[in-house]
Amino acid sequence: MQLVCPAGNLPALKAAIDHGADAVYAGFRDQTNARAFPGLNFDESELRQGVGYAHQRGRKVYIALNTYPDAARLVAWQSAVNRAAELGADAIIAAELAVLEYAARAHPGLPRHLSVQGSATTAAALRYYYERCGIARAVLPRVLSIQQVERLAATAPVPIEVFAFGSLCIMVEGRCQLSSYLTGASPNRHGVCSPARFVRWEEGPDGARTVRLNGVLIDRFDPEEPAGYPTVCKGRFDVNGEIFHALEEPTSLNTLELLPRLASAGVAAIKIEGRQRGVAYVTAVTGTWRQALDRLAADPAGWQPLPAWQRTLAAHAEGHQTTLGPYHRAWH
Amino acid sequence: MRLSLGPLQYFWPRDRVLEFYRAAASWPLEVIYLGETVCSKRRELTARDWLALAAELADAGREVVLSSLALIEAESELAALERLIDNGRFRIEANDLSAVQLCRERRLPFVGGPSLNIYNHRALALLMEDGLFRWVPGVEQGRELLGELRTEMAAAGGRMPELEVIAWGRLPLSWSARCFTARAFDVGKDDCGFRCIEHPDGLPLATREGQPLLVINGVQVQGHAVCDLGPELPELRGLGVDLLRLYPQAERMAEIVQHFRAAVDGTGTPERLGAVNGYWHGQAGDAALVTST
Repeated sequence: MQLVCPAGNLPALKAAIDHGADAVYAGFRDQTNARAFPGLNFDESELRQGVGYAHQRGRKVYIALNTYPDAARLVAWQSAVNRAAELGADAIIAAELAVLEYAARAHPGLPRHLSVQGSATTAAALRYYYERCGIARAVLPRVLSIQQVERLAATAPVPIEVFAFGSLCIMVEGRCQLSSYLTGASPNRHGVCSPARFVRWEEGPDGARTVRLNGVLIDRFDPEEPAGYPTVCKGRFDVNGEIFHALEEPTSLNTLELLPRLASAGVAAIKIEGRQRGVAYVTAVTGTWRQALDRLAADPAGWQPLPAWQRTLAAHAEGHQTTLGPYHRAWH
Repeated sequence: MRLSLGPLQYFWPRDRVLEFYRAAASWPLEVIYLGETVCSKRRELTARDWLALAAELADAGREVVLSSLALIEAESELAALERLIDNGRFRIEANDLSAVQLCRERRLPFVGGPSLNIYNHRALALLMEDGLFRWVPGVEQGRELLGELRTEMAAAGGRMPELEVIAWGRLPLSWSARCFTARAFDVGKDDCGFRCIEHPDGLPLATREGQPLLVINGVQVQGHAVCDLGPELPELRGLGVDLLRLYPQAERMAEIVQHFRAAVDGTGTPERLGAVNGYWHGQAGDAALVTST
């Protein structure tokens, strides 16, 4: 099972490679990928260095081109596909039909992975992308239970990649307009959820903080309370007169304990979320999953998730909390 | 310009659903979308009931389309979708690519629903090759994006499918594996007790300052505002929109249909009955955040 790790910049890419990633995924510094945050991602020269660094060590680089271009901007996405091919990427990760179809036509030798943003949750949907765009792999949205993942891995026309760890989108990826409903900036089209330019923190005289997105109150925190990045899905709201995390708590997905089941289901790759995170995160999380995978390969029957691994992962989780998320039925 | 009644997004008791559609049979609109698009656990009407209703409405002279579930997780849901598509009489609104693929494999024409991600002319053209004959753009598609898409489609020598725009109702914004209604009542999804049935217009969610923001509808989240594109009718005509979609809300639907009928049959600009749809104007979707149109 391949370990696919995030690279938001060149130091993170090198850290991921150095600590055991089989492949890294990265994006260009524009809106062609779903982590289009200021100061993140790669220009061509950096990516060329990154591809060189990975290839010298026998690892792979996948380029995420996983946003949805509108009609007037489709040409820019096509040119990003060309750049990925020229830079020697081992695959592109894309969601949008026109992007995938263009890549298949213009660069048939460049493998195409279906992004999680493609929202494909069934064998039928995967057949569509396979037959229409010749995808070589598909990343599943974080909505399926472990039993459903196992079934889908058995019936899908292509190898499956699943998310193993990292911040958890509570909504089906590619099908969430909560951020654009408040800001007009679309994660699907512009590659960023809760853009920083719409976020405003305020601290009261007592040390309590409020955070707003385009003026809308997302949450309020007591002076000592940890406060995460304000996405609509992880805010506290009033439903039926009760204030709570009505959609989801700030927490990270952690599937470590499911690793043997994912392996025996034939899942081809596990993915670590977090291109927006720094070198320390990439180093610790990649290293931990590398150890877990190596230990599993060496001793599948005796494998147990070590407490030290779980401590490291929890320390790097959003809100220092982890969940099995949708893999576990009770979460639903 | 024709009017359509979009699929019922909420979970209503069986008698209320039947009563609603029996009334709708006499409303002045051309197309009715039927079926459950949000949650497969909602079974006040069985597949057979929906088909019987479809036959009744078709006999009353309406074009009936069967809408598919937007998020399919279980193989049992996929099997139910296959049975729906194989109904032998009515066309399908495909609300995810599973439905597209099953229609494509059977060479059946379909409506591309608003939860398909179609953002450009090329993706639309590909889906038209697959059988898409009508398209309901997703909520983010405003007048500028649709205008650009039409221009690019024409420049590429393609033709547009029938275009159906959401003109009335709460906008569907997201779907999840999790049921937020069950969460609000602190029960598991598997033991939800079908609590959605107590919220015929969804469960309101407000900010901690009491600002209405969203509406929880099981695994779906909607905007709180009931959007109204009536006043934008001249723009809709200019963009070649063929159908206006009116989503069922719990109140006033007969009146709303009459209002839009008068508007599309007349020449003037109708008064605003609902909220501004900010997305249409290239802004935040939420009417409360729209600066000017």
